[in-house]
Amino acid sequence: MQTTEEYKITDALAAFVEEWKDKPGNLIMILHKTQEEYGFIPRTIAIELGRMLDVPLAKIYGVITFYHFFKLEKPGKNQIAVCMGTACYLKGGEDLIKELENLLSIGVNSTTEDGQFSLEAVRCIGCCGLAPVLTVNGEVYGKLSTDDLPAVVAKYTE
Amino acid sequence: MAVKNYVLVCGGSACESAKGNDIYKSLLHQAEVQGVSNDLQIVKTGCFGFCEKGPIVKVLPDEAFYVEVKPEDAEDIISENIVKGRMVDRLLYKEEGKKEYKPENIKFYQKQKRIVLRNCGLIDPESIDEYIARDGYLGLEKALFELTPQQILDELKKSGLRGRGGAGFPTGLKWSFTQRIDADQKYVVCNADEGDPGAYMDRATLEGDPHSVIEAMIIAGKCVGADKGAIYIRAEYPLAIKRLEIAMDQARERGLLGDNILGTDFSFDLEIRLGAGAFVCGEETALLASIEGKRGMPIPKPPFPAAKGLFGKPTVINNVETYANIPVIISKGGDWFARYGTEGSKGTKVFALTGKIKNSGLIEVPMGTTLREIVFDIGGGIPNGKKFKAVQTGGPSGGVLTEDFLDTPIDFDSLISVGSMMGSGGMIVMDEDDCMVDVAKFYLDFCVEESCGKCAPCRIGTKKLYEILSKISQGKGEIEDLQKMKDMGQAMKKASLCGLGQTAPNPVLSVLNAFEEEVLEHINDGKCRAGKCKDLVQYSIDESKCIGCTVCARKCPVNCISGDRKVAHVIDQSRCVKCGACYDSCKFGAVLVS
Repeated sequence: MQTTEEYKITDALAAFVEEWKDKPGNLIMILHKTQEEYGFIPRTIAIELGRMLDVPLAKIYGVITFYHFFKLEKPGKNQIAVCMGTACYLKGGEDLIKELENLLSIGVNSTTEDGQFSLEAVRCIGCCGLAPVLTVNGEVYGKLSTDDLPAVVAKYTE
Repeated sequence: MAVKNYVLVCGGSACESAKGNDIYKSLLHQAEVQGVSNDLQIVKTGCFGFCEKGPIVKVLPDEAFYVEVKPEDAEDIISENIVKGRMVDRLLYKEEGKKEYKPENIKFYQKQKRIVLRNCGLIDPESIDEYIARDGYLGLEKALFELTPQQILDELKKSGLRGRGGAGFPTGLKWSFTQRIDADQKYVVCNADEGDPGAYMDRATLEGDPHSVIEAMIIAGKCVGADKGAIYIRAEYPLAIKRLEIAMDQARERGLLGDNILGTDFSFDLEIRLGAGAFVCGEETALLASIEGKRGMPIPKPPFPAAKGLFGKPTVINNVETYANIPVIISKGGDWFARYGTEGSKGTKVFALTGKIKNSGLIEVPMGTTLREIVFDIGGGIPNGKKFKAVQTGGPSGGVLTEDFLDTPIDFDSLISVGSMMGSGGMIVMDEDDCMVDVAKFYLDFCVEESCGKCAPCRIGTKKLYEILSKISQGKGEIEDLQKMKDMGQAMKKASLCGLGQTAPNPVLSVLNAFEEEVLEHINDGKCRAGKCKDLVQYSIDESKCIGCTVCARKCPVNCISGDRKVAHVIDQSRCVKCGACYDSCKFGAVLVS
C-alpha cells in the first residue's frame, strides 16, 4: 500500500540532521531519528534527506532495506511485536502469532485495515525469563498462553 | 548518612516489565507513609539474574530475598521487615520442598561466581558514586598513573582473558596488535549488538553496570593510544541505551571522560551508535561498516580491524562482557583473575539459561563448571517432570549437547571439541517435547533471514539447508538428504566469507551427529516423536480414557471434534488442522499423539 500522505521534515529532525551532518557515518543515526519522528521512513522524507545530506536516494534505500528495524510502511496505531527468540519459540511463540493472526484477521508483518493494529514477529527482545513474550507499543507481556491474547488485544481496542 | 536498611529492587528489563518500577514507587510511598523514609535507602538495581522468580526485592542487612513481588506487597515489606524487623514469610524464596528460608541455601546462587556481574543487583546503575564506592574507576586510575601501555597488556596476558563474543581470541594479544601500530587516529569500539536469539547477557550488564564497560573502554584507549570510542548497541534495548547515556554524562562531569582525564594529558571520549537489527553486524567488519553508516556487510580478513578498522584506522573491538571483566583485571591484577577457570579459559562466563528449565535466568559461573551443575543444580532441572533432551549453546552458530556431555567441564575448547561452541552465552535447555529437526530448522530460518547475501556459500547454502529440513519435517525427506546436508555444511564452513556463514551449518551438523536416529525416524517412518512437526502428527482420542467432558470439542478452533456429553469424542481427521488445542486442554490424557 503506497501512502499518499504528505510528510514534512519536523523541526526536531532538522535540528538532528544539523547536529550530525558533518559527523562521518551519520546515515543510520539520522534514519533512526526519522523513524522516531514518523513511526516509519516516508519516501518523501527519504528524498529530502538525500538532498540535505547529499547522498543518493539509492544509497539511503540500500541501508533502509538492509536492516530489519527500519520500516517503509506506516505501522498500526498499536504495534504488537511477538518475540521469536529461541526461548520464546520453544515455549510457543509461534502459537501466539497464529492466534493473533486469527484474532486480528491479518497476516504477520501487516496492519489491520482500520490502522489500529500491526502485527510483527521480532528478534529476541531479551526477556527470555518471561518466555513466551510479546510487546504492545513497547509494553512487555510475558508468560503468555493463547488464552491470554483476547484480553491483551481488548486492552487496546477502542 | 548511614541508614539501617537497604531495599534493593530489581530494575532489569524482565523485572521492570513485570511492574518493577511500580514496586519501586510503592516502596518509596509506603516508607513515606509509615514514616521510615530516613531509616532506609531504596535502590533500583540491575538484574539479579533470577528472572524466573522476578520481580525480586532484597532487603539488607537481613538478606531477605523476596520473589514474585507485586506493587501491593510494598506495604507488608515496609511494615513487617523495616518497621518490625521480621521477614515477610509469604514472599520469601524457598527451595522446593523446604519450609524455611535461608539466604545461603539458594541453590541458584551457590555455584555462581560473579565477576562480570559483580555490581548487578547491588548498585544503582544510574549512580556513579555507587559504582565508585565498589572500587569503580580504580582500574582506570591505575592504568593512568601507575602502568605503562605495555604493563596493561602484560596484565591482560597474565589474566588469560579471551574474547567473550564467541570466538575466544586472547584479548591482550588483540590489543597489542593495535598498540604496536603508529597511526594518527585509533578507535576503541564496543560490540553491544547482541543478536543471538535467546541471549541477554550484554543487555543485563549494560542495564545493571554501565560504568564497567565505559571504564574498560577508557583503559583500552589509554593502552593502545586511541582518543575516540563508540558503543554499537541494539536500538531494541532502550533501557540499556538510557543508562549508558546517563553513565557517560556522569563520567564526563567527573572528568573521567573527555579532555585531560583526571588531570593527565590523556583525552578520550565515547559516542553511542545504534544498530538497526542485523545479526551479521555481530561480525567485526560488518559492525564497523554499520557504524560508518553503510549496509552491514563483512569484508575479507586480513587486514584485521586491529590494523585497519573503523574509517580505515586501527581499532580495538571487543564485546560488552569482555570489557566488563577488564576494570577488575587491572585493579586486582591478572594473576587474581587467572585463579578462576580452566587451563585454557580463565575467569567466568555469563550464560542466559532459558528454555525448558525451572530457574531460568542470568547466571555467571567459573569456566570449567559442568553442564550438569548448570542445568540441575543452578537451573533446578526440567519442569513438569519432563525428561532432559539437550542443551543448545552458541545460538545459530552453535550446536546441541546431549546427556552424554552433561559432565563435560565447559570452556571454549571443550565445547568446540564436542561440536558446539561457546558463542556469546545463550544456553537453551530442551526437553522431550522438542523436536531436533524443528530446532535445526528454526536456526536455519534465522540464518536465511540474516545472511547478508554477499557470498554465495552462505546465501545459497542456508536457503538449501532450510529447504531440505522443511522437506524432512513434512515427511518428504530422502535418505540421501543426510549426506547432502553434511557435504553442503562442510562447503559452507570452508568457503563462506565471515563467521555467520562459516558457522551457520553447525546447528544442522550437530543435530545430524547427535540425533541421527530421530532425523531418520522423520524420513523412514514419517514420525515426529516430539509431536512438533505438524504434518507428521495425528491426534486421536482414546475411547477408554475419554469421559466426554466436551472441553476439547469446545477448544477446537475448527469444530472437528464431535460427541455427546459423557460419551467418548471423535476427531474428524479430514478437517483437523493439527493445532494441538485438544491435546493441551485434555485433563485425562485421552488425546493421543501419533
